[in-house]
Amino acid sequence: MSFAATPRQRRIRLTLRYAVAAIVTVLFLFPVYWLFAISFKTPDEIFAVPPVWVPGELRLDNYLALFKEGDAATIWNSLVIAGTSSALAMALGTFCAYSLARFNTGGENLAMWIISQRMMPPIVIVFPVFLAFVYAGMVDTFHGLILLYTAFNLPYVIWMMRGYIADIPLELEESALVDGCTRWQTFWKVVFPMARSGLMATAVFTFVFAWNDFIFALILTRTEVITFPVQLTHYMGGQSQFWSKISAMSVLGTLPVFIAVTLLQRYLVRGISLGAVKG
Amino acid sequence: MTTATSLSHRLSLFSDRHFKYLMVAPAIFILLLIGVFPLVYSFVVSFQNLTMSDANTSFQGLLNYRQLFKDTRLWWALAHTALITAIALPLELVFGFLLAQLFLERMPGRQVYVALLVLPTILSPIVAGATWRLMFDVRFGPVGQIVGFLAGSPVNLLWTVNPNLVYPAILICEVWQWTPFMFLLLLAALSNVDASQLEAAELDGASYGRVLRQIIIPAIKPVIAIAVLIRGLDLFRVFDIIWALTQGGPGTMTETISLYTYVIGFVQFDTSYTAAVAFLVVLLLTVVVTWVLRRMELVR
Repeated sequence: MSFAATPRQRRIRLTLRYAVAAIVTVLFLFPVYWLFAISFKTPDEIFAVPPVWVPGELRLDNYLALFKEGDAATIWNSLVIAGTSSALAMALGTFCAYSLARFNTGGENLAMWIISQRMMPPIVIVFPVFLAFVYAGMVDTFHGLILLYTAFNLPYVIWMMRGYIADIPLELEESALVDGCTRWQTFWKVVFPMARSGLMATAVFTFVFAWNDFIFALILTRTEVITFPVQLTHYMGGQSQFWSKISAMSVLGTLPVFIAVTLLQRYLVRGISLGAVKG
Repeated sequence: MTTATSLSHRLSLFSDRHFKYLMVAPAIFILLLIGVFPLVYSFVVSFQNLTMSDANTSFQGLLNYRQLFKDTRLWWALAHTALITAIALPLELVFGFLLAQLFLERMPGRQVYVALLVLPTILSPIVAGATWRLMFDVRFGPVGQIVGFLAGSPVNLLWTVNPNLVYPAILICEVWQWTPFMFLLLLAALSNVDASQLEAAELDGASYGRVLRQIIIPAIKPVIAIAVLIRGLDLFRVFDIIWALTQGGPGTMTETISLYTYVIGFVQFDTSYTAAVAFLVVLLLTVVVTWVLRRMELVR
């Protein structure tokens, strides 16, 4: 879309766009940089006025403190919980999505009900779930939180995978069936590989959601099972904010998600666009 | 290999009908367990009078529901939530659109920019709130320093405490975190707009404004609808960012409905009343979402 621009005008536009893009990116990323920088500063540098824009050296003291005091264990907790629940949600959700996409099980009503589950605000769900968990003795347990995240992510997985599976041509499965495959084999040999980019994109978002969740973890855990966002809020006292701990913990906690997103980047843009554009 | 084939042989004995129900069964079971059963239980509790001091589970009628109408803090919470949603959503939409326009045409290195810009969205909202709390800090936050520099003299801005600044602080953090989400969605949508239509309009000499209104916007309307629905719902239940920045303060000035429900449920342990509030929220949401979904069906 150029609207009758000469090559020279186009070059100027491109340079302008680069400039604006660079400025915008710096603006958006500066807070993240600031957080990152603080995690490497000494207490003197953190509390310096005017602020120290670039830390003197890359000191890992703050990070080491986290590991020594055992706070980094919360990252492990988050990994176990988010990983397990995502895997479960992806598996069960994709099975369900396949059934919905190919057999229209339960019709529109079932699909609508499943989608409506995603629209519930967590606070509304967490309260009765909390009551139920107290009754079942599942508060502050790994399996309790895993079950909850699985349930909360299922509607999203089902919704997205139903769309992706519907996009796979039916003929592939039909020819596999004619060749003597069972439904189950068809699912694994035909549908599963073809839906790979959709699976990746959905899996990443499911994981990110479970990883970043705060409200469920806050309410359903006490002392045994602390996840990373909850641990972060423990540092936010009224008077003394442990800035160095907050920033180091934040960076540590964002790292797994950042790695996952970067590795699976090429699936993501396609994944989002397919999901959104098809609806 | 042999175990797999013999298992699938046995599975193939099931007809299609059994297969499709088997596939949905585990997911539905979990959804019923976590999604439906607790809601029903909570509904029952809302008709009782369980509080911190009273464990009496007898039926109390509409006691809690009558209190809903008298509870001004509840309605203020809803108002706060509506305010945040009404301001943040259009801002995120507009900024996301502008960003998408910026990156729409091909440019080398675009992948890198897009990957970087996504970063705020994948942060935990608690991390985002903590980050901006650092930024806004009155003594050593960059925001204060920059504003002071521009104003010529040091300023003393208590972003997370000053009643005039708390909402801007929350909105800045929120819009900062979620504009990239809108940006990604709109970028994908704009990329799919029919190029031949745009070229035809350009040849006919149409101004950019007209092209925007009559070709581009109608083409991306479905995506905008979905984006608005998703972000709107997320904004309605905003909790983490506010918790990290102001904890609902000063006083209850930034208390949204999620925060208020948390306070009455898990600080005051007004169990039955909380259940009634939860039911009210579910009702409100169901009405709004059904209305929106119906309108969306018409849009398509």
